[in-house]
Order: sequence, then structure tokens, then C-alpha cells
Amino acid sequence: MKKLRFHPCGNFRERYEQELTVFETDFGRLWTTLGIVALFALVPFVASPYTLYVINTIGIVAIAAVGLNILIGYTGQISLGHGAFFGVGAYGAAVLATRWDWPLAAAVPAAGLITALVGMVFGLPSSRLKGLYLTIATLAGQFIIEYVLVHWDTVTMGTMGITLPPPSLWGWEIRGDVGFFYLIFPVFILMLWMAVNLMRTKYGRAFVAIRDNDRAAEGMGIAIFPYKLLSFAISSFYAGVAGALFAYYTVSITTEPFNLALSVEYIAMVIIGGMGNMAGAVFGAVFITVLNEILRWGTDMMMNMGIFGSMGLNMAPLREFVFGLAIVIFIIFEPRGLAEVWRIWRSSFRLWPFSY
Amino acid sequence: MDFFLQLLVNGLSIGFLYGLSAMGFVMIFKSSSVLNFAHGELIAFGAYLFLVLCSWAQLSLPLSFLLTLAGCFLLGFAVERVFLRPLIGEPLIFVIMLTVGLAAMFKGSILLVFGGNLHTYPDFLPPWLGLTWGSVSLQPVYTVTLIIGTAFLILFGLFFKFSSQGIYMRSVADNQRAALSLGVHVKRVFALSWAIAALVAGMSGIVLGIINGVNVHDLSGIGLKVFPVVILGGLDSIGGAIIGGIIIGVLEALTGGYISPSLKDVIPYIVLVFILMVKPYGLFGQVEIERV
Repeated sequence: MKKLRFHPCGNFRERYEQELTVFETDFGRLWTTLGIVALFALVPFVASPYTLYVINTIGIVAIAAVGLNILIGYTGQISLGHGAFFGVGAYGAAVLATRWDWPLAAAVPAAGLITALVGMVFGLPSSRLKGLYLTIATLAGQFIIEYVLVHWDTVTMGTMGITLPPPSLWGWEIRGDVGFFYLIFPVFILMLWMAVNLMRTKYGRAFVAIRDNDRAAEGMGIAIFPYKLLSFAISSFYAGVAGALFAYYTVSITTEPFNLALSVEYIAMVIIGGMGNMAGAVFGAVFITVLNEILRWGTDMMMNMGIFGSMGLNMAPLREFVFGLAIVIFIIFEPRGLAEVWRIWRSSFRLWPFSY
Repeated sequence: MDFFLQLLVNGLSIGFLYGLSAMGFVMIFKSSSVLNFAHGELIAFGAYLFLVLCSWAQLSLPLSFLLTLAGCFLLGFAVERVFLRPLIGEPLIFVIMLTVGLAAMFKGSILLVFGGNLHTYPDFLPPWLGLTWGSVSLQPVYTVTLIIGTAFLILFGLFFKFSSQGIYMRSVADNQRAALSLGVHVKRVFALSWAIAALVAGMSGIVLGIINGVNVHDLSGIGLKVFPVVILGGLDSIGGAIIGGIIIGVLEALTGGYISPSLKDVIPYIVLVFILMVKPYGLFGQVEIERV
């Protein structure tokens, strides 16, 4: 039998491959496998329809957040246009599905590719810009895409919105929250797996080098611009796939949700979860989505009790305030995000009773 | 031709207003190289404070004006103290994201208190301030803008050139570490620049409130429009902010008048992308020379 690997007492790595392992210990691998099995075998049958709806939303949102983390966390390019890219994916899938009757299996990846192209267009300024200036360029991208989505009536139907046909995958009619669960989560796990492994390749290392010091990276022979563009493309591809799934899941889409607030929400996920950490993006997606639902639930309850209902309190401002507060608190107190909190919490168990 | 002239005048006056709003933004960037995404909310804060003092508390005009400016000054000071000081030395992305978070917080709290409805100030500007040449006319409020904007431009010019605090600010902007070693109180410079920026923002908030009425969505939208303006002028040039504002304002007015009103709000961003591609440091910005 193979010798099991546990946490070593120090850093005994001798070869580069050891740095690159996804699972440091065999227990990590075991727990992950068990977690995935439990997710697919248990969750759809135990969860109530509402909980399942929240879980599905988390799955969709997490795909986009992982994509944004590749761009912000690993390549160091701040993008304020991710919400718009998400929208491009949603509209791409909707248009392909309604106009040309593309099946789901083709429309979702195609929407991802379309979004990747759009993302590359708005990544072009990164040839000469970096840091703050690039952030502003992506902000411009957000507004331009929003404008195009609203005003390109012939394709996007403007403010009318598009209603998607019920999706089916090779004869399997996807219906209800359980059906979508089995669509969304395999895609999510595939995308997450791809992202984790991407960071172990030459490309991922080039991204990290650009993030850490772009001039030094250039000196080492990394062609900065193509890699930045690639990072934009990959990140937008993730947003596009997530958007396409979102479009199928919500059935009818309008341009309304894909605004700057959504982009900020995605950045909040990456920051709150932990930049440059794949699990972090997922944590962030869970945190923000659950926070959203709690706030909605809370404001609904307050409305029903009639205390605040008369004051015309709606959830949007309170939500916005709490979002802002969450971002601010995390940046000031734990800039490395939930992933770091999780790591500290876990190692305090491991190191007990000598945890620090 | 008259139509064109009227559009041009409108554009110039709105542009001047953009420039005024952008000035505070440049102020912060100049001293601490932070992009302030909460600038629109600072503008909104000023506008709402003036609303409360002037039309709800019924204070006299000059008094409420001065109190608003003082309130904005204090807010800027407090924001720097509470939120930004812990982040000195952290990577810039955190600071920028913090201002994004602050923007959401401010906007949310303003919405909670005042709601999203449009409020208006009482009409207090004397009509003789309005100017008319032939068929082209200028509303009183734009005359006021012109006066305030010019006054502040001169004031800031003198401040940066001659006052010791202004010179400290320039030194910090130029090289923070060297300034620190020469005995400049860098933290105070940051606090002061935020306070002054909030003050200018509050003032432009009042002027904007007189023109369009007070609505937090519109005002924070102005905060985002500041970006094309400052990029066009160069992020660290106060005079450039005014010129950038005027160019954007004229461009908006002409697009709105001749092409389509809905394109008006997007055209600054389209221009922005092209300018960034051709001249990454804007028209008047300082080119950063990087050395490894």
C-alpha cells in the first residue's frame, strides 16, 4: 500500500513538483472527493426548493468569481467590467438559443467564446496601460457594453428582454431546480478544476509573474501583453459561461441586472474570499450570495412586521450599505479574505494545543 | 448655427462643472495616488447636507453654505482617519477597493435616509446673473459655476505654488519616501488632501443640486463621469481636469444635440478608451518613467 501523506512538520519540499501539488495531504484529497460525492448524491434530495435555488445561484456566481479571480488575484489586473461580461454571456446564449435554435451544449461554450472575444477587445488597452489606468478602461468597457446591450435592439431586443426555450441536453430535458443542479455543478467543478490546473502550467506562472512584478517578468522573457490578453480572455470566458447558465436558469433575461453594481459585487466576492486563491473565490461567492438572501429575507420580514414598511424602506440601499461595509471590513481587518480565515481556523485545530 | 452655439455654450458650462467636480478627485490622486471611487458620493453628501441645512433647517444661505463646506471638510478628514490610514503601506488595489466599498456604503446610507426621490433647493439665485448674447443664453447657475470654478482654480494654483502645505503635498506626490525623510508629515498631508477634496466635491455637489435637483443616483453617476474627465486631462493635473471637463462637456452636448441623446452618456467612455490607447497619461499628465 502506498504511504499516506500527512502534513509535514516543516518545509521539506525538495522538488518543484511538490510545490505544485493540488492536495498537500491524502486527507485533503479524500475530503474533497467525499465532499463532491455528498454534493451530488445528497444535496438535491435533502435541500428544500428554496435552498436549492440559492445553491444553484452560488454555483453560477462562483464560476464567474473564479474567472475574475484569475484576472485580479493571479494576473493583478483589476477589472470593473465583469458584470457586463456576465451579461454578454447571458445574451450570447439567449440569442444563439432563440435565433438559431442552438442546443444548450453548443450555446453555453459558444457564449463563453463570444464573451472571451469581447473581453479581449476590452483587454486591448492593457498593452499600454496598467494598474489604475487599466481599471478605468474596464470601467469604460462596463458602460459601453451596457449601452450596446440596451440599444442594439435588433439582436438583444433592447429593454424587452429575451425568453429562452427550455433547455435540453442530448435528450435530457432539464427541468426544475434539481435538473439545473445537475447541469450547473458539473460545469462548476469542471471549470474550477480547469482553473486550478491552469495555475500549475506555464501560463499560470506567467500570470503570477506579471502580477508580482511586470517589469521583472518582462525581463525574464515573458511577453506581457499576450499573457495579459489571455488572462482577460480566460476570465471573460468564465464570466460568459456563467452568464449563459444564468440565462437558462432564469429563463427570461433583461439588461437590468448586468450593471456596475454587479461588477462591484464580483470584485467584492474576490476580495472577501481572498485574492489569488481559488477556494477563496468560491467562499466569496457563497458569502455574497448568502448575505444577499439574508438581507432580502430580513427586509421582507421587517416589511411584513409593518415597522419599516411605511417608511418606504426597500432592500436595495440596505444591501448596498452592507456590501460596502463587508468590503471595507475585510480590507481593513483581513485583506487576504475568507480563505485566510479558513486556513487559520484549520491550522489552529492541527496545531492544538499549541496554536498561535 | 444658433443651435450649434447654444450647444457649445451648454457644453462649455456643463464641462466646467465636470472640471470642478474632478478637481477634488485630482487632489487626492496627486497627493496619495489613490483613485477615489467614492468621489460621487462625496459630491452627493455635500448636496444633501446643503439640502438639509438650507431647506429643512431653514438656515440662511451663506451660513448653510459655510456649514456645508465645513461638514464636507470634516467628512473628508474622518474618512482618511478611519478608513484609509490603516492601509498606508498596503498595495494600492486594496486602497482602491476600499473606496469602492466606501462608495457603496455612503450611497446606501444616503438612500436609507433620504430615499431615491428627487429633491430640489429653493430658487435663490438672482436672475440678473444670467447672461444673454443674441440667441445664446447662459443660465444664472452656470455663471456661478464659472465664477466658483475660476476662483478655485486660481486658489489651488496659488496654494500649490506658494503655501507650505501645498509644497508638502507636491513633495509627497513626487516621492513619498523622500518627503518622509525630509520631515514632511505625510499622514497630515493625506488627511488634508482628503479634506480639501471632500470640500471641493461638496461645493460641486451644491452647484449640481441647483441645476439638476438632488438625487443620489445622478450625483454618484457624476462621480463616475469624473474618470473620463481626469484621464483626458491627465490624472495629476488640476488645470488638465478643467480642460478635460470642458472637452467632455462639449462632446456630450454636441453628441446629445446632433446624434442621439442616449449616446450622450456613453460617448465620454468611448473617447476615454481611445485616449488611453493613444496617450496613456492624458493630455497634461506626467509621464511616469519606470526604472527597474
